[in-house]
Order: sequence, then structure tokens, then C-alpha cells
Amino acid sequence: MQHSVGYTILFAGLICVACAVLVSSSAVSLSEMQQANAALDKRKNVLLSAGLAQPTDKLDAARVQELFRTVKPMVIELQSGEAVPDIDPSTFDQRKARNDPDASREAPPNDSSISRLPNHAVVYQVLNESGELQMVVLPIEGYGLWSTLYGFLSLDADTRTVRGLTYYQHGETPGLGGEVDNPRWKARWPGRLAFDGAGETMIEVIKGQAGPPEEDPHRVDGLAGATITSRGVTNMLRFWLGENGFGPFLKRLRDTRKSS
Amino acid sequence: MAAPGRKALLDPLFENNPIALQVLGICSALAVTTKMETSVVMCGAVIFVLTFSNFFVSLLRNNIPSSIRIIVQLTIISSLVIIADQFLKAYLYDISKQLSVFVGLIITNCIIMGRAEAFAMQNRPSLSIMDGLGNGFGYSLILLATGFFRELLGSGKLFGHTVFPLATEGGWYSPNGLMTLSAGAFFIIGGFIWALRVWKHDQVEEEG
Repeated sequence: MQHSVGYTILFAGLICVACAVLVSSSAVSLSEMQQANAALDKRKNVLLSAGLAQPTDKLDAARVQELFRTVKPMVIELQSGEAVPDIDPSTFDQRKARNDPDASREAPPNDSSISRLPNHAVVYQVLNESGELQMVVLPIEGYGLWSTLYGFLSLDADTRTVRGLTYYQHGETPGLGGEVDNPRWKARWPGRLAFDGAGETMIEVIKGQAGPPEEDPHRVDGLAGATITSRGVTNMLRFWLGENGFGPFLKRLRDTRKSS
Repeated sequence: MAAPGRKALLDPLFENNPIALQVLGICSALAVTTKMETSVVMCGAVIFVLTFSNFFVSLLRNNIPSSIRIIVQLTIISSLVIIADQFLKAYLYDISKQLSVFVGLIITNCIIMGRAEAFAMQNRPSLSIMDGLGNGFGYSLILLATGFFRELLGSGKLFGHTVFPLATEGGWYSPNGLMTLSAGAFFIIGGFIWALRVWKHDQVEEEG
């Protein structure tokens, strides 16, 4: 059937409007639930990364809330590593800050394709019953093969020993790079040492299998079939543990531990 | 049910299966079938998108200017996919995270475009819905069967519940690593196509 140009343009316009209304109304009406899901998921990942919950646990909203009691979120200034008590960590959005020119700076050259760094970051301190620091959970991000991976790295209060690594968002190939979510691979991390004796970042995801943490403390098994994602994990850990990442904050932690 | 309706619904299961005979939609069939759980959700999303895209395209078929029909079909399909994705993110957050980009990639799933162009543009809405459902079920049949074998042989589980206790966890079963890779799905789908063509001989393509 032949249609006039005017009809074609009108038809295209109407279809666009109808589809746009449908899509945007579903996105707007569901966004609250999605955000609640994402926030809950983030807390869950903090807990999992810190080993406060196991992947097999049934983690509903109430349980997460309860477990999160011992976790103290805190905003720090990345470059100095100082705590910034004025900023409320529950409303601070690190990703938004990263994209805001007033709250971020250009990142120095790095292997993780990080282009901007926020001035501030949220870290989570895990305390025991008497309020002593047990662990710190640091947010990390960096490029893998297809996507930016977002996750958490937990370090012991000694700031050297890895207690866990989890990713809560990525777009890597399911079954290959997506295996960063595999609990068996994640179980390879606790006990590894992120720094050598001289304070240099040493951790690396290798190709093939690494030994147990006692014998081979600085290396972790690679993901089979996902060389580039594995390399991405190495790069982002080195970046975030280094001087442009959480290095200054960790140094501060070490100093306070020494003096106390 | 009227004969053409039943034919549109049931033919795509074995007679004219979108994956096994038309060999469409292979990409997602390889990607999401490592586990039953993700396979089921993916099937649900595809059935939803396919049925509704067939319905809307069929409803508008006499009004769509032929010069822009492909882009109109794509607009309808992508809107439906985004809606499906939004619902998964709101109600099945964990699974939607595992499916990651593959829900979005339903837009490029050839089955959906193919059915819109080949069937819904020529047939009335009720029949097009049947065709959408039928092809969705045909796709799901292969996906679920593939997911079943891949999860069982690749990780000894079904829907995340251990069926074969793994040797690494104190059981007896050494998982077949090939099954957790996309290539494993090729073998299984190839096996299905072979079995189907032994059963239904007329599906064998003529040589040369």
C-alpha cells in the first residue's frame, strides 16, 4: 500500500509518542522499587564482601538491616584519606559525584579506564561489639572486557589481608567473565595479601591456578576463558589500593593503629 | 480452537521450531542457558515480547506505511523489551542482574523481528497472538532443555539445587566444564536438531 509522505511522518510520530509514553511510564512507576532493590543489593554485597553473611544465607530486607548494624559507612576525602563527617554517607552518591565536575577531578592515566575520580568516597568500617575496627570495605570499579565492574574489596584491620571481593554490577559475559560472581572463585580471595612488606600493592589475578594463600599470598586463580576480565580485576585492585585510590586512607589507618 | 489457530500455536514446537529448524535466536540460546533459573526468566521475557509485538504489529499492519515498516516494528519491539527489562529489575532483581545485557538484546533476537515481518504483517491479531505464543514456546522448549542439560552436567544442579554432589565439594560428580561455556550449548542444540531431523525426516535440507 502506498502512503503519502505526510501520513508516513504522522504515523512515525504517533508510534514514537505512544511507545515513549509506555516506556517512560513503566520506568518512572517502577524506579522506586528498582532503587530499593539496588540499595539493598549494595548493602548485601558489603556484607558478603566482609564475610558477615554467606551467599547461601537467605537475605531479606530485615535480615540485611540487622546485619548491617555493625557496619559504619563513612565518607572520606580520597586524596587526603581524611574522614569528612559533614557528608551523610546514606545520601552521598559516589557515582553521581564522579560525574559532577565540581565534585570530581580528572583521573591520572590508569589501566582501568577510569576517566574521573570523585573527590569523596564512601568506605564501610566493620566494628565488633566493643566498637573496635575489624575490617574496612572499599568500593572499587574498573573496566573489564565489555563493561565497568563495580564491587567491594574488604581488607582486614591490618589493611593488608584481603577478607573478600565481590562485584555487584557488571556486564561481563555470563559463564566467562561473569564468573567473577562465582562463589568458588570469590572463596579464593580471603587470606591473600594485597601489599608486600614494603607497602607496594602486589595482588594479581594470574592465568591458571595459584597456590593456597599461605604459600602464594599475592596471586589469585584466573577466570578460565576470561583473560581480559581477570586482567581488569588486577588493574582495578592495583589502582584503588594505590596512591590515587584508597592508599592515603589506608596509610592513615595504619598510622592510627601504630600509635594506639 | 480453530484449525489455523492451533496450527499457529503448535507448529513452532516441533514442525517449525524457531531455533531447531529456522536456526534463529541462537545467540541468546547459548548465552543464558548455563542455569535453569535464568533460562526460565529469559523464556518468559521472550514469550511476553514476542506475543505482544506480534499483536501490536498485526493490529497496525494495514496502517503501517511500508517504507518505514521495519523501523516501526523495531520501535514496538524495543519498547516492549525495555518494559520487560524494567519489570525484571523491579521484581526479579537478582536474576535480571545475571541476565545482564541479554534481556536488552531480545531486541535483536531474529525470532521476534522475523515473526513480526513474516507472520504478523499478513495475519489478523488473534492468529498473530497464537503465532507469537507458539514461537515463544518453541524457543522456550529448546532453551529449557538446553538449560537442563547444561546446569545438570556443567554444575550438577537444577534450579540451584544440588542433584549430583560435586567431587570438589565431597561428592562424586566431576562437572563437565564444557557445559558451562557457550560452546557446550552448541553441542546440545546440535544434538536436538539432529534428533528432530531423524524423527521428522522432511526437515532435512536437500543437498547441493
